[in-house]
Amino acid sequence: MTPLEFLIEQSPALIVAVPLLGAFLTSLIGRVNEKARNIFALFIVCLTGVLIAILASDVLTSGPRLYVFGAQNLQVPMVRIIFEVDSMSIFMAIITIILALVALVYSWSFLKEYDGLDKFYTLALLLITSTLGMELTGDMFNFFVFLEISCITSCALIAFWITEGEALEAAFKYLVISSIGALFILFSIGLLYAQYNALNIATLASVLQFSFVDKIILVLLVVVLAMKAGVVPMHMWLPDSYGRAPPSVILVIMGATLASFYGILRVIFTLYGEVLTTTMRFNLPMHVLVGWLLIALAVVTIIVGVLMALIQSDFMRLIAYVAVAEIGYMLLAVGTGFAAWGTAYATTALHGGVLHILNDALDIGLLFLVAGAVYYVTKKRLLDDLGGLARTMKYTTVFLLIGLLAVAGMPPLNGFASKFLIYESVYQLNPILAIVAILCSILMLAIFVKVFYAAFLGPQRNITASTGLKEAPRSMLIAMGVFAAAAIFIGLFPNYVLDTLVKPAVSALLNHADYIGMVIGGV
Amino acid sequence: MSSMSKIVRTMTNILFPLTMIFGLYVIAHGHLTPGGGFQGGAIVASACALLVVTYGSRWVLGRIKEKRLSTFESIGAVSFITLAFLGLVFSMVFFGNFLAGSNLLFGTTPVTGSTLADFNTGGVLPLMNFAVGIKVVTGLFAIVLIMAYASSTKEWNS
Repeated sequence: MTPLEFLIEQSPALIVAVPLLGAFLTSLIGRVNEKARNIFALFIVCLTGVLIAILASDVLTSGPRLYVFGAQNLQVPMVRIIFEVDSMSIFMAIITIILALVALVYSWSFLKEYDGLDKFYTLALLLITSTLGMELTGDMFNFFVFLEISCITSCALIAFWITEGEALEAAFKYLVISSIGALFILFSIGLLYAQYNALNIATLASVLQFSFVDKIILVLLVVVLAMKAGVVPMHMWLPDSYGRAPPSVILVIMGATLASFYGILRVIFTLYGEVLTTTMRFNLPMHVLVGWLLIALAVVTIIVGVLMALIQSDFMRLIAYVAVAEIGYMLLAVGTGFAAWGTAYATTALHGGVLHILNDALDIGLLFLVAGAVYYVTKKRLLDDLGGLARTMKYTTVFLLIGLLAVAGMPPLNGFASKFLIYESVYQLNPILAIVAILCSILMLAIFVKVFYAAFLGPQRNITASTGLKEAPRSMLIAMGVFAAAAIFIGLFPNYVLDTLVKPAVSALLNHADYIGMVIGGV
Repeated sequence: MSSMSKIVRTMTNILFPLTMIFGLYVIAHGHLTPGGGFQGGAIVASACALLVVTYGSRWVLGRIKEKRLSTFESIGAVSFITLAFLGLVFSMVFFGNFLAGSNLLFGTTPVTGSTLADFNTGGVLPLMNFAVGIKVVTGLFAIVLIMAYASSTKEWNS
């Protein structure tokens, strides 16, 4: 076995283990030298990124990969802790690591003047670990453990600006809500284990009976994961946390939020994929009912998110509500794909939805970074206090323009590619849904034009000679530039990303039998 | 929180070493008896919490700094994961038990049948228990110390 093969074989474990080791080493290195700590944290994330790239190239060429913990040979993977990596998992891992890398580059300058950075780097790396773990694991209980780690670390990170009362309030709210959610997940995993004596997703999916208890479990899992993803009736923690955490933290937490969204996909398509597509209820197949429920949630999410964003005056809180609406678009696509299971446009909808996960991470991430740069320079949050920033912050202005056009789904940028796929497929299910989605996109454009006009155009405000408004530091510009370049690249060549990453991911979601066969067939 | 009465202090002086020894015993025998790194660490940390209660957090903070505690906490976590990585290096499996049956440290293969427990077994498990023990002791102690100090400060109330 060559070293590369050995590395590929071990990489699912290493992807989680390397940032975990790095998390605790950074706080030791931080005692010695602060610059070395920053470099080391970046190095760890880069190393994880290289491992993910190696694993991705393997998974995309030769199919899903199974990693059994504590066993040299694959002996009865059903009773062991397993990591099962298919194209969907690796797609999410790539998104997470891009967000993490950009967040660390950005925080180099952004968080320079704050103390407690040892703990920031430890917690951020732990959150990255847990997010990657949630995405790669093939075991329900393992998923819960990583979810719990992500709850605790996100809560501590949200309270980074602890001297502001609102940050503490947001963190406490998040802690209470997410611990209750995690308890429900644990409860449903307990119910699954009591019924089937199994914990890994593939085995459970193969023996699931869809009894009354299983329906309760489905509801619990989907509701809690939707809460963690910020779907509307359960979204109340998200604007608070996103609005009050430092932007570099928001990027990492957004990775965890998207991982929860991935959890919904995994539960619906893989765990319940078989039973939902074959069971009938009220003379309708179950997947139509579940799909329409998701669509209903999604439409409410889009409308509420956009309308709430319209009336915000706090820059970051406004973007947070737009982020809620963007989650709605993904859920709309997934609901459509599930309701119209088996048709051609269902696959198109899923392509749009899965591509939109990446686009949401890039666009909303870029906007948060711009908001962070504005806050860094002016120390102001409210749009009413800002004005004329384009005169001094020319690069940031360009990045904001790219971000707002991308979020609103304007043609040359990445938002257009995924949103167009979503509109096109949703229209075939029900035209009204597509009209709502397009109208809300236009409203988003209106919102950000308002922001652009209020903060970046017009007369300059609050110019004090002592501070002297200037451009954001270089590391923050690099971070924003990476997102902007990726947004333009995906906008110009959407087929490249669709063919290499999104289509394998969607086919991995649709062919749940392959995922199950990896474990059951390996006995 | 200032120090408590002479009776409490005398009892603490007697109980503290005993609790420490019991906790360290639970950590060290984690691979043989019920308990292990976490449980033993909690016992040792409760002995340290006894000191905080009896002598007050300022007295304790004058003797051990919370920064040093969190350094040891990181060392505990790092050594745990390092052991897991060593398993990858020596036995090709992450978390592999490379010391078991090697006749090195903790490397004896235990005798089957009903015999007395052999302390020198378990491979990397006792070492991992020690690592978890260090982490739990210092982590819990630091939390108790900081909370006691914060609640003893008068300025917070105003």
